[in-house]
Amino acid sequence: MSVTVAIPTPLRSFTGGRDAIDVSGATVGEVLDGLLATHTGLKRHLVQDDGRLRTFVNLYLNDTDIRQLESVSTRVSEGDVLTIVPSIAGGSPATETALPKLSHAEVLRYSRHLLLPEVGVEGQRKLKAARVLTIGAGGLGSPLSLYLAAAGVGTIGIVDFDVVDLTNLQRQIVHGTSTLGRPKLDSAKARLTDLNPNVNVVAHEGRLTSENALDIIADYDIVVDGTDNFPTRYLVNDACVLLGKPNVYGSIFRFEGQASLFYAKEGPCYRCLYSEPPPPGLVPSCAEGGVLGVLPGIIGSIQALETLKWVIGAGDSLVGRLVLFDALKLRFRELKLRKDPNCPICGEHPTIHELVDYQAFCGIGAEPDYRGVEISVEEFQDEREAKGDDLILVDVREPHEWEIAHIEGARLIPLSQLPDRLNELDGHAEIVTHCHHGARSLKALEILKGAGYGKVRSMAGGIDAWAERIEPGMARY
Amino acid sequence: MSLRLPGSLADEIRRQGEAAYPAECCGALIGRVENGGKEVLRLAPAVNRRTDDPHRYLIAPDDLRRLEAEVRAAGLEIVGYYHSHPDHPAVPSAYDADHAWPWYSYVIVRIVAGRGADLATWVLDDDRPQMQSESLDVFSEV
Repeated sequence: MSVTVAIPTPLRSFTGGRDAIDVSGATVGEVLDGLLATHTGLKRHLVQDDGRLRTFVNLYLNDTDIRQLESVSTRVSEGDVLTIVPSIAGGSPATETALPKLSHAEVLRYSRHLLLPEVGVEGQRKLKAARVLTIGAGGLGSPLSLYLAAAGVGTIGIVDFDVVDLTNLQRQIVHGTSTLGRPKLDSAKARLTDLNPNVNVVAHEGRLTSENALDIIADYDIVVDGTDNFPTRYLVNDACVLLGKPNVYGSIFRFEGQASLFYAKEGPCYRCLYSEPPPPGLVPSCAEGGVLGVLPGIIGSIQALETLKWVIGAGDSLVGRLVLFDALKLRFRELKLRKDPNCPICGEHPTIHELVDYQAFCGIGAEPDYRGVEISVEEFQDEREAKGDDLILVDVREPHEWEIAHIEGARLIPLSQLPDRLNELDGHAEIVTHCHHGARSLKALEILKGAGYGKVRSMAGGIDAWAERIEPGMARY
Repeated sequence: MSLRLPGSLADEIRRQGEAAYPAECCGALIGRVENGGKEVLRLAPAVNRRTDDPHRYLIAPDDLRRLEAEVRAAGLEIVGYYHSHPDHPAVPSAYDADHAWPWYSYVIVRIVAGRGADLATWVLDDDRPQMQSESLDVFSEV
């Protein structure tokens, strides 16, 4: 069967200038194969790598598009004319970066999203295009990164420097027993990629600092702050304000949590709410104060929710609102937040134009120099053997911590009671204070020195270091 | 090859881009090939069949077949196409290059906040996937 293939002008340089070529074959597909076998230059313009016709290449058998017939299986007759007709398509780059297509597998995976008119195919494509940076892969970072990955956020960056510790697993559900001791970034990446292989997880190893924050954050559309310390919280806030990015805030302590969306272009920032950090040591961390395991799940999920809503542009955001959650009462409250016209970074006359030293800003570098007043657990053990009861060990933790584990021979005087129980301590005695990790015992040291005790030292690393290095059978927490 | 485009038609492309803003305009360049260069004699505005996305244009094959027949009857040729880039430079996007055909000239006009700005013409490499800038000669007919 001989068929005439009509060649359009743009392809004639591949047919020696000829506008028609006779090719034999029984079907459109065979005619096409015959044409490409003799005119190989046409191939890359007409078919894709997988051998199928490019989407903007149209074949007309006589006057009918072969898609309305039986496509390439359509049988041809002697004297038929097969015409190659271009579709002319193009467009500006805007939607290329904004809205990637969804594969069939993705459509199935996200079908419960696609059923929601507020999300739909467009919202899901926005999620796929979205680049979200989470600071920290800990208590808040765990639930929020899991939900962001499950929801199909295309790129999730994570900043973290820590390794997975047994004490993390009570709430940091992105990690597991099998990843103990491994970097949290590796552990989180493995879990998130397993949950949704379509997600590109970008690991930023190390701490977020004034030096790297702008470079890292600039690559993302929105930042979710899952940190547990004030210097990083102010750093994230300031970097987001300077770069014009939204910052999804969350914080947790014991049984209470808060969340908001700080976006200086539309509302207040973190500094409008808290212009100054609290004095160092006033607000204990989770490691010192404890936290109920489910709480970060609730606050982190609110952060994930606000992130998804912001990306797809649905509902009322938390901009200008602070949500307060009390887990024991199971009660949510809401505070209206106003933009502070005098805010030093997002107000009318900002005085901060670049990132500063946040450790110093939060008074952390200004803490007293404790060198020389600390004693290692090994040194303490040696001295106690030599001095016996003349060396008094004071445990300044809380009674419920004492119940978990305590060092034999120690006296329990919780830090909060210490000022009222100084009469229990001999003013001439040599005293060593200890707590869980060594922070509270340094505060106890200050109280004792202020009360005239001259020979006091603090056990570096606290009972945790003791359990690790001196008494391995002791329970750790 | 180079593309000769009368100044009045360059202005007309800008006007169509302004009218379509913030969506994209599109159409064919009708002319002839002479002395190794293409010259545009008139424009054939096309219906943009992509209504789902303002950043895309599509001239459907049926529309193109009709136009092609008309143009041939007049003894002329489609020498290329034009479209607008609302608030984007007059350079081909990856999508443009992916969908381009060889030989044709692709004129792109940049529309900035609703006002027509610079335009440039591009042609696809014979072996794909890049488009190269083509020399554009916008001449005054007076």
